[in-house]
Amino acid sequence: MFPGAFWLVVFFALPLLVIFVISFMARDELGSPVPPFSLDNYQQAFDSLYLNLFLFSLWISLLTTVVTLLISFPVALYIARSPKRWRNILIFLVMIPFWTNFLVRTYALQFLMRANGPINTLLQGLGVIQEPISMLSTPVAVLIGLVYGELPFMILPLYASLEKFDWAMFEAAQDLGADMRRAFLRVMLPMTMPGVLAGSILVFVPSVGSYITVELMGGGKINMIGRVIASQFGVASNWPFGSAISLLLMVVVTIAALVYFRVGRGERMAL
Amino acid sequence: MGDRAEYAPPAPERPNLRLGQLSLIAVTLFTFAFLYVPIIVLILFSFNSARTGAVWQGFTLSWYQRLLGNEALLTAAGRSLIIGIVSTAGSVVIGTLTALAMEREHFRAKAVWDGLLYMPVIIPEIVSGVSLLLFFAAGGIERGLLTLVVSHIAFSMPFVYLTVRARLADFDRSIEEAAQDLGADEAKTFWLITLPLLMPGIVSGALLAFTLSIDDFIISFFVTGKGWNTLPIYIWSQLKQGVTPEINAISAVLLLFSVSVIALSLLLQRRRN
Repeated sequence: MFPGAFWLVVFFALPLLVIFVISFMARDELGSPVPPFSLDNYQQAFDSLYLNLFLFSLWISLLTTVVTLLISFPVALYIARSPKRWRNILIFLVMIPFWTNFLVRTYALQFLMRANGPINTLLQGLGVIQEPISMLSTPVAVLIGLVYGELPFMILPLYASLEKFDWAMFEAAQDLGADMRRAFLRVMLPMTMPGVLAGSILVFVPSVGSYITVELMGGGKINMIGRVIASQFGVASNWPFGSAISLLLMVVVTIAALVYFRVGRGERMAL
Repeated sequence: MGDRAEYAPPAPERPNLRLGQLSLIAVTLFTFAFLYVPIIVLILFSFNSARTGAVWQGFTLSWYQRLLGNEALLTAAGRSLIIGIVSTAGSVVIGTLTALAMEREHFRAKAVWDGLLYMPVIIPEIVSGVSLLLFFAAGGIERGLLTLVVSHIAFSMPFVYLTVRARLADFDRSIEEAAQDLGADEAKTFWLITLPLLMPGIVSGALLAFTLSIDDFIISFFVTGKGWNTLPIYIWSQLKQGVTPEINAISAVLLLFSVSVIALSLLLQRRRN
């Protein structure tokens, strides 16, 4: 236990303590933290500008989670119901993007969607459009990028839950008079809730703090909280303020995770 | 039985089911197309001889040839490999020992440690990245190979821990007892019985840790020092400068690499079963 505990304390807990302390400090000309201690950074973080960025990040992440869930559930269901041989191939196909470099995948999507990218070139070549359509640098582009990046992280836990699902239960519900919709909502969904929750957390948490996707798909025009943090440690060079926002982000994500789990437990009890 | 027929609508159910099945297939096809079209197009264009744009101008392998002569890229790839191997070794040892301790030992505040081990899953990467940066800066530790390796162990060790712990959960301890009854001491039991039985969990954990390390951009970006580019950091810097088709070629190579890692892990799993 000792080495594991050591590593967790030194390289997770202590660094968090460090940014906690620094988040109350001021910055010198170079951006490094100096005393005195105050609540100024937190006051600044609750400025309407940053507050709106927080809300926007949460909103986009929530949309990402919902869209990903709506797409992934039928996919996972289809895979779970396929014959064994076919199922293994499909799962292999989901695992490839799961294990592939996130940066590379997001870049692939961005490459496809650029003004001089394959989609525009193809459409222009076919004469469908005259001028290239601008598909990047919008909130929707960021949303598409996040959904694209996170899909495998939703499909795999859902599949794990659905694979174990006992179809006799579904039939039993129908035999007892439930229609498809009711059997789905009252039997299948509650029983696969662990997968839904695991997938939602795995998608929501990285989305809120996402940086790569916002940067590549947003083309510098869309700002989210992860990008604000990165800029405080880069061009804006304000480490104390960056620390304060990081801590707030962590608190928000932790609360969201707790809410998910609480809701999930409630659902299962309702059954 | 008679009551049941009253509730089950006999005729419309079948077309409904078929419609359901069709929409499942449609969504699945759409999703796989969405996941794979960008990747396949990227690979295709890594063979395109045009320097800019997406007009096909003929097949070439020159971008791949250039990779082999690109000093900065090869150095970055070599570093990623070294960091991946060292941090995986560290994560495997620490993660396995932690899983064994959490499963078998009794100590205080176990629930707290259990929660702590889930931290890397809950804490956004960017927060881990900046907190490690400030931690190293506060401690006056120079950023480079060492900070990269310890940070990579920190975020990948919990994943090894979780996979090994899952394996330990259905571990039959009577086999260990049998070995000890037959005269094996504790060390011998561990090396000859416990470890081989845990191996599948350890191997999948190691593959996961290695991939996480090789792929990591965000945390590495913050904890690396001047001139210490890993492969993802190198790719990022190239992307920021504007794209050359070389990046398409690197991406294709990395994709091939991931496919082989998965194939390897599936193969290992199948052999164990």
